[in-house]
Amino acid sequence: MQYLCLIYSDESQMPAPPSDPAEFAAWMQPWTDYNAALAGAGVLRGGNALQPTMTATTVSAPAGEAVFTDGPFAETKEQLGGYYLLDCPDLDTALRWAAQCPAARYGRVEVRPVMDVGGAPG
Amino acid sequence: MRAEVQQTVAALHRQHYRALTAPLIRILGGFEAAEDVVQEAFAAALQAWHRDGLPDTPLAWLHRTARNRAIDRYRRSVRWQARAEVLAAEAADRFEHVFDGDTIHDDALRLIFTCCHPSLSPQAQIGLTLRTVCGLTSEQVARAFLVSTPTLQQRLVRARQKLDRAGIAYAVPEPAQWAARLSSVLRTVYLVFNEGYVASEGEGLLRGALCEEGIRLGQLLHELLPDEPAVQGVLALMWLHHARAAARTDAAGDLVVLDLQDRSLWDHARIAEALPLVEASLRGRPVSTYAIEAAIAALHAQAPTAEATDWRQIAVLYGELGRRSGGNPVVAVSAAVAVAMAGDLAGGLAQLDALAALPALQGYHWLPAARGDLLRRAGRLPEAAEAYAGALAAARNPVERRYLQGRLAACEADG
Repeated sequence: MQYLCLIYSDESQMPAPPSDPAEFAAWMQPWTDYNAALAGAGVLRGGNALQPTMTATTVSAPAGEAVFTDGPFAETKEQLGGYYLLDCPDLDTALRWAAQCPAARYGRVEVRPVMDVGGAPG
Repeated sequence: MRAEVQQTVAALHRQHYRALTAPLIRILGGFEAAEDVVQEAFAAALQAWHRDGLPDTPLAWLHRTARNRAIDRYRRSVRWQARAEVLAAEAADRFEHVFDGDTIHDDALRLIFTCCHPSLSPQAQIGLTLRTVCGLTSEQVARAFLVSTPTLQQRLVRARQKLDRAGIAYAVPEPAQWAARLSSVLRTVYLVFNEGYVASEGEGLLRGALCEEGIRLGQLLHELLPDEPAVQGVLALMWLHHARAAARTDAAGDLVVLDLQDRSLWDHARIAEALPLVEASLRGRPVSTYAIEAAIAALHAQAPTAEATDWRQIAVLYGELGRRSGGNPVVAVSAAVAVAMAGDLAGGLAQLDALAALPALQGYHWLPAARGDLLRRAGRLPEAAEAYAGALAAARNPVERRYLQGRLAACEADG
């Protein structure tokens, strides 16, 4: 079963990544390790960090005509900052991986099962 | 006749709902499907038995009906997978021994752990557990929690949908998750008990049934996991609290606090039964908070009078509880009272005064009430009266208010 892990944190509180390459690598190390663990366990199906919400554009087309709005869908205290797509046998396994995500230390990870849209298995 | 049928169906529901539902969840692969099948079987029973009279073996009738409905449902759900005749035989095989009982133990555990999965809200865990594990009807659960039946049913539907759709394994947890998942189960069981224990006012009787339900759940868990110290602890704790039930209220329904209770009204047989469980639970490593709480309750239960209680040991146990709960101020109030009762009245009062300054305890009326009790014991009646008046200003529960009014009046009369 696939689970989307949505990473939320207060982006205004996020420290800027260090510019020195060695420091940057150290700063990234928990993520590098986490990604390697996910890949090693064979559960990783995808994942990315997102640019901050100031880069977001929200689109709707109520009458078929696209309307663009600057900013995220909702102004919230914590913002979606990245995601992982995991393939796990059950929710407990997905929750265990989510708890190990470095972002769980400073933010929150919402785990959502991906809807199975039906059809024959495989 | 009609009444007999209804009583029989209600009794079967209560006693066998879990054993009917638990294996069907496993084979049908979902809570909604399994509970629908079982509810349909009960509805069919009610209808058929009203019409034809009770069958010779009502439980076998229910088993047969539930099994047939489960087979129908299973065949509908997998129809596209195989040719019909293969499927018919396979479905019949699959359900042939569904209620035969050799998996009852594992099915019950699977059911309890899944109903108490920490990804469900505590309310949903309690509702599902009472409905599915205890076999209460939605109406009974709704009444116990003072919500409307549709509200409760909606809550249950959402919880079952989450269990079915989020990939929550219908399984006993792995060793790595055992402690955390068991603690979620025990918290739910103890919440059920506590809902009944703290009940008051008009709903007292109704909600008191929740105490029995919590104890039933604890006993079931203890049967399933006899060597689990935290389970021993929670069951002993509930037994010990419940053993005092008859002494907790007076003839008028008013609250009687521990030190004023008539100890001859306590259920001493139940207390004797609980004590070995307390001992056993204290041998667990790490010692669970339930074991410590049960040990405190056991010391109270064994004391012939409030004064003759082993307050020194109780103070030590509360200190340990306080450390574990990260300095929970409510535990700290109990610890301060124990210190005072153990002989250091001034020390206990000083601890309470320090706690009274904490923002978390503003409005917690048992703190000034406890202060009033200690001041009264110290013979400082005007100050005690002032403390009781402060407690009264913050207390909302009518039973507790009557108790505090009584204490206040006694201080003013004597002082």
